[in-house]
Amino acid sequence: MGSMLHITTLHYLVLGAGLFLLGVIGVLTRRNVVIVLMSIELILNAVNLNLVAFSRMWGGLHGQVFTIFVITDAAAEAAVGLGILIAFFRNKETVNLDDVNLLKW
Amino acid sequence: MAPVATPFFFYLLGGIMLLGGILVITRRNPVHSALALIVTLLAQASIYLMLYAPFVAGVQIILYAGGIMVLFLFVIMLVSIDRAGKERQLNSQWIVGTIAAIALGGLFIAVYAKGSGIFPEHALPMVENDNTQNIANMLYGQYMFAFEIASLLLLVAIIGAVVMAKKKI
Repeated sequence: MGSMLHITTLHYLVLGAGLFLLGVIGVLTRRNVVIVLMSIELILNAVNLNLVAFSRMWGGLHGQVFTIFVITDAAAEAAVGLGILIAFFRNKETVNLDDVNLLKW
Repeated sequence: MAPVATPFFFYLLGGIMLLGGILVITRRNPVHSALALIVTLLAQASIYLMLYAPFVAGVQIILYAGGIMVLFLFVIMLVSIDRAGKERQLNSQWIVGTIAAIALGGLFIAVYAKGSGIFPEHALPMVENDNTQNIANMLYGQYMFAFEIASLLLLVAIIGAVVMAKKKI
């Protein structure tokens, strides 16, 4: 039972995959825009975990630097996404994703 | 210095992380989701510490748990959540979405089961004490251009958020 007592890169990857799947389920199934945006944050965090785990595996810091950039990206995405959400709520008085259907066929 | 009880803390923090993630996507009230997401982010910061990435852990706590989540909570305060809480929470294609996510999970399991041999059993030793200094050297040296692009991205995001949230342009 060496794998239970010794944490390898694969353990972190599986943990990241689990977090990624939770985010995907949240994006695909929820109707509340705020929770969908939070699920996107979960997905980005899963990616970050993989990057840091690979950075540890190879002994370099490139993965960690990339993680900093992903966090910057997440901040920008959250700011713009929440701005759009406020504009949407002002126009439609709802935070329901099913009502965002102006471009739908 | 050798880490103490690493497997125990890995499973504990990983469990807290996944539990927080499950709470994020299942709660009816977005405020509860945001609080669960903060727990997830803090557990993940601890896992970064286990991976010898103290700078990323600090950035995670300050920027993610401190900055982005406060932004989320402010927006939840601005939009009214009373009516959304009483409505149906899942959209009409939630069955298909869950099946697709589970299929993706099966794909992950298949890939990791097949490729588990390529990962080295022992990670390379990393210098623990000058992590922040090395990251700064790389950010302002090798990754200077990407750093500038990131600052431009943040500027665009600030302007975009202000324009979006303005009542009349």
